[in-house]
Amino acid sequence: MSKKDSEYLINRKDNQYEVVIGLEVHAQVLSESKLFSTSATKFGAEPNTQVSLVDAAFPGMLPVINEFCVKQAIKTGIGLNAKINKRSVFDRKNYFYADLPQGYQISQFKDPIVGEGKVILDMPNGQKEVGIERLHLEQDAGKSIHDLDPQNTFVDLNRSGVALMEIVSKPDLRSPDEVNAYIKKLRSIMRYLGTCDGNMQEGSLRADVNVSVRPKGSKEFGTRCEIKNVNSIKFMQMAIEYEANRQVDLIEEGKTIDQETRLFDTKKNETRSMRSKEDAHDYRYFPDPDLLPLEVSEKFIEELKNDIPELPDDKKKRFIEEFKLSSYEANILVSDIDTAKYFEEVVAKMGKNKDIKLAVNWITGELFAVLNSKGLEISQSPVSAKNFAILINLIKNGTISGKIAKTVFELMIDGDKDPQKIVEEKGLKQQSDPKALEALIDKIINDNREKAIEYKQGKEKLFGFFVGQAMKASGGKANPQLINEILKKKL
Amino acid sequence: MSDITKQSLTELVENIKNKKLSSTDVTKAFIDRSEKSQELNAYITNDFTSALEKAKKFDQKPNLDSKLPGIPMAVKDLFCTRDIKTTAGSKILNNFVPTYESTVTENIWNEGAILLGKLNCDEFAMGSSNETSFFGNVQSPIDRNLVPGGSSGGSASAVAGQLTPVTIGTDTGGSIRQPASFTGIVGLKPTYGSCSRYGIVAFASSLDQAGPMAQNVKDCALLHEVISSYDPKDSTSIDFKRNHYSKELTNNIKGKKIGIPKEYRVDGMPKEIEDLWQKGIQYVKDCGAETIDISLPNTSYALPTYYIVAPAEASSNLARYDGVKYGFRAKGENLIDMYEKTRSEGFGTEVQRRIMIGTYVLSSGYYDAYYLKAQKVRKLIKNDFDEAYKKVDAILTPSTPSSAFKIGEKTNDPVSMYLNDIFTVPVNLAGLPGISIPAGHDSKGYPLGLQIIGKAFDEQNILNIAYAMEEKINFKNKITDWWIK
Repeated sequence: MSKKDSEYLINRKDNQYEVVIGLEVHAQVLSESKLFSTSATKFGAEPNTQVSLVDAAFPGMLPVINEFCVKQAIKTGIGLNAKINKRSVFDRKNYFYADLPQGYQISQFKDPIVGEGKVILDMPNGQKEVGIERLHLEQDAGKSIHDLDPQNTFVDLNRSGVALMEIVSKPDLRSPDEVNAYIKKLRSIMRYLGTCDGNMQEGSLRADVNVSVRPKGSKEFGTRCEIKNVNSIKFMQMAIEYEANRQVDLIEEGKTIDQETRLFDTKKNETRSMRSKEDAHDYRYFPDPDLLPLEVSEKFIEELKNDIPELPDDKKKRFIEEFKLSSYEANILVSDIDTAKYFEEVVAKMGKNKDIKLAVNWITGELFAVLNSKGLEISQSPVSAKNFAILINLIKNGTISGKIAKTVFELMIDGDKDPQKIVEEKGLKQQSDPKALEALIDKIINDNREKAIEYKQGKEKLFGFFVGQAMKASGGKANPQLINEILKKKL
Repeated sequence: MSDITKQSLTELVENIKNKKLSSTDVTKAFIDRSEKSQELNAYITNDFTSALEKAKKFDQKPNLDSKLPGIPMAVKDLFCTRDIKTTAGSKILNNFVPTYESTVTENIWNEGAILLGKLNCDEFAMGSSNETSFFGNVQSPIDRNLVPGGSSGGSASAVAGQLTPVTIGTDTGGSIRQPASFTGIVGLKPTYGSCSRYGIVAFASSLDQAGPMAQNVKDCALLHEVISSYDPKDSTSIDFKRNHYSKELTNNIKGKKIGIPKEYRVDGMPKEIEDLWQKGIQYVKDCGAETIDISLPNTSYALPTYYIVAPAEASSNLARYDGVKYGFRAKGENLIDMYEKTRSEGFGTEVQRRIMIGTYVLSSGYYDAYYLKAQKVRKLIKNDFDEAYKKVDAILTPSTPSSAFKIGEKTNDPVSMYLNDIFTVPVNLAGLPGISIPAGHDSKGYPLGLQIIGKAFDEQNILNIAYAMEEKINFKNKITDWWIK
């Protein structure tokens, strides 16, 4: 394996292989109620407390589409720059399992609600476009619990009927890193839209990963294997790496790859065959006769378009233009909607005479460090954007030095204190009175005559010594810029 | 008292409103007769004790403004009824007690009616003779060992035998009209989307419709008026302006154009059916309507189309009966074994046959040739009707190609059994309303019915035509009470 020019290739003797990856991401629609029933969807509820007669497939029960979920899917489609299909059809995917009460999953097979689209990834070597094949709505199944009883399997139907969006990418991804960037980008877009919380620990976002390999330069696709239901980016990357190498080894040994469904064993870090193509289920898809085709008007779509917030790509562009940020800085700020929100609130609260660069440095530096060490999300930041803005302004207008600011910031964390008050109470205000500073510097030069002479004779390094002495004498509160100016004049 | 059960629904409503009869009188009378009629095997479950209590309660504080004040009524056991066992005629739901009520039955109770019990039917409404019921054959009140038709066989038997003033059945391919025809009563299959399917055990979702079965057209109109409603709980329910079908009922059909489709003159159709049809044509003419020969060219494809679409949907609809959540469960070594045993033991032969057909026609590699093709043909059949309705207001056909047959006569010949529905099935495929009215007797004295097919949502029109014809036909059902000892 090598990463020449950031290209991900697998090397064997004289051969190089390219990895081709396509993802089917299952994203849980952010919605209070299920796709075809009014049951709640809250995560972590007691088993079987969020189950209606429809979810449990009682005789004579009928599905009724949840309009909000339809809106969420269309919004996501808009966010993926995709074609919204005005007519889509719900099909039944038939199979038997204990946690599938109806004996079929209602999904969209031939006519999905969203068609082709694309997302842009920011990779270290530039931008990469990944095609979206389609997005369709479907029901989640319940959960089988096998480890609570030695004889029986328990079934929890809380998840049964929860709305999922299956987002199918084109086979455009070429490395685990791109998969990482792709998932993060999808999650970012959906979080901006409020259509999926993207919480992988809670299973709100999981993926089936299709992997194939082919000799570098080849245009034809190799035989793919599908790795089912991987629920973290790290596992996706590990699974791809393992699977791609397994396939390359088979080719190198002159063997063929069987198209099959595989499972990723997170403990052993390997993929294992689940079922071959021959054993694949025949799902007997057909249009669900309980539901009419889903038809949405142009007006309905337009209204949703007007409801779309600024998305990460546009926000990034605006941050670069409006705030003169680097692409790198903008990326960091926009990738998570809460970070972007925080940043924009700080900018707004800083008022007219603001130093945006300084704010960015402080957010990505001090603030991120504190959040990291405390294991907090930015939405849980112990320092509010308002007080953060005040702190940045205090630095900017010379009330405190950057060094003092760090002390103030430490004190702010406990209870989101107003930095202005901290500065006043602790007497941390920067000394910016030139007369007082001149007197202070005169004294230092007087006390260190010999060094002053050496400096004048060309030992320029000693300038730092005088700065240090001045800062020390002021208890760290002297305005470093003024100290510099005065020292230059006096020495 | 003894003639209470001979009264029509309209008369009973009138007599209760005029306080000539109490709900208790009426309920008692139907319970008494039902109890004496066990040989018909029309009921799967009775709720007589609580029916009588409800009747007494009604009489204490009668709401005489309702449409079915204190009227006792038994219903097909395909409608889920709260706290009352609902079996769909199957072993697999032998012990199933719903916690909910179907919209259609809810509408009936909301108008003051009282549940007498649940009526026998073919298992999951799959059958044309009521012989597929897990709870045994239903006898026709017309004659001993005669089938009442199916799948609403218990319903037809109960109305014809006067065990209930009226009832409701369900009709997927003829399950209301064929048994109505076999037992000399009136049965209406409403437009698809007219009556909510919520709470009705599903057979084939795109075809199933609930409808009224009654002694006469007026009763039928009144009950239809009660059950038909827009229901947001059923996505295929249609929000259209519904008539006051009983109030607006008229026998004035002068100038109506009635289509006579030549394709319904099928090979091997008995002469007495043809004669009945001709008589029907004369009746509508006598009423001042005009008959016009029309063509429904794709009629011959209706039955094969139906026997692809209906089993396909059924195979999926019945997947939920797996022994996991409710109903019958057989012990198994593991999950698959439990499924196999539960479904092998829980479903009868005909249901299994249709699940197999349905699974086959939906399976990959056969889907296009069967299911997809059938859907296309279904569209053509609908187009035939659309085309015909440019020229006519309604269509007149026989209800069935023969009169009722003996129990066991066709059990081993499913295709001949399926042929029973040849005139009714196209109506379901096209989603149209159709009504069967008794129109005569065959040489054995068994009833024969005529079917009037309407435009979508035009129930009022076919009810009017049926009403006018009923007057001319003056049919008398020959009920000898042979089963009452």
